[in-house]
Amino acid sequence: MKKIYANATEALDGVLTDGMLIAAGGFGLCGIPELLLEAIKDSGAQDLTFASNNAGVDDFGIGILLQTKQVKKMISSYVGENAEFMRQYLAGELELEFNPQGTLAERMRAGGAGIPGFYTKTGVGTVIADGKEHKDFNGETYIMEEGIFADLAIVKAWKADDTGNLIFRKTARNFNVPAATCGKICVAEVEEIVPRGSLDPDQIHLPGIYVHRIIQGDHEKRIEQRTTRKKEEA
Amino acid sequence: MPWDRNQMAARAAQELEDGMYVNLGIGIPTLVANYVGDKDITLQSENGMLGMGPFPFEGEEDPDLINAGKQTITELSRTSYFDSATSFGMIRGGKIAAAVLGAMEVDEEGDLANWMIPGVLVKGMGGAMDLVAGVGRVIVVMDHTNKHGKSKLLQKCTLPLTGKKVVNRIITNLGVLDVVDGGLKIVEIAEGVTEDEIRAATEAKIVN
Repeated sequence: MKKIYANATEALDGVLTDGMLIAAGGFGLCGIPELLLEAIKDSGAQDLTFASNNAGVDDFGIGILLQTKQVKKMISSYVGENAEFMRQYLAGELELEFNPQGTLAERMRAGGAGIPGFYTKTGVGTVIADGKEHKDFNGETYIMEEGIFADLAIVKAWKADDTGNLIFRKTARNFNVPAATCGKICVAEVEEIVPRGSLDPDQIHLPGIYVHRIIQGDHEKRIEQRTTRKKEEA
Repeated sequence: MPWDRNQMAARAAQELEDGMYVNLGIGIPTLVANYVGDKDITLQSENGMLGMGPFPFEGEEDPDLINAGKQTITELSRTSYFDSATSFGMIRGGKIAAAVLGAMEVDEEGDLANWMIPGVLVKGMGGAMDLVAGVGRVIVVMDHTNKHGKSKLLQKCTLPLTGKKVVNRIITNLGVLDVVDGGLKIVEIAEGVTEDEIRAATEAKIVN
């Protein structure tokens, strides 16, 4: 089966529908599927729900889909970097479901592993626990959280081979692995596609079984907070 | 004189022991890394890294290498990378010995609020709820009072909670307090601060 597509628009052809649930990888602007998000914007798909740790910034990442009002709902843990997001949310134009970051990651992992629900201590006694099943194990209270089964997953990796095996780079791995596994279809954008056999099988971060379509492209890889130190004088 | 930000961070660094895996929050907690000295501490960044190094030299920033505050950082010889589900597996699973976090409010039961002011500020809890529920010890570092002079150590938190009965120790600009049965216990007073000043700045019940 051929997994390599020419560009983001072709890779999304036939898999985008209005109202779908999309799991997206990335943390902040690090390791986000920037080319696929751009293509989703161009597609005009509407009423989208995104399970994504963050919502990008105003003009990059998921933020570009907020500008065009293509997002109906976000499932996120932290959205503090996006002024347009706050404006739409406080005006009641956008639904928001806050998930604790680890709960969001585990919901994706669980969905990808065929687990519809799990119990966690995270959020017990907070608004996150409202309306959720509580259960005690060994004298401690836990709440039930549900796995995320996304219609589509979009992720960004460093390298892929043509069978879809992926390798990520440094902290750009983040949510890309759990997000990829929980999608019915997973589309990955990478910096480099290499022939099969050129990646060390022992070093694959995400096996190609989870990845259905791949594109190679040029990434801006914007830095959100550039922090540096000065070289000390010799 | 109350402690300044750096003195609070230095005091928090005393809480960390050789061999610990530790998560530092944003703000003053980040400064704690500057004061660990010779202790063998491994810093976790919950976006998927153990062994967090200092900021890079100018021109050496890597967009693929950031901390949980989205700042560019560097790796160390001990560094390992992993995905977010694995990262929170080690947090939830109790493998991280301690977290040092900032806070808006802490109360005498150890309840913590540091993620949301309703109707005003929508940011999200990030990984804070997972951290306070999962790590071995939660150390809060914050000013004793807010900018209006009101105590941040309360009988009961008024803001939406991050976690219930989760805080072990509070380090403020005035001193160090532990959450114990029945309230807060003063365990240390900043040099030049009096016990009366701490008591006056604390709304929570002090048991000693």
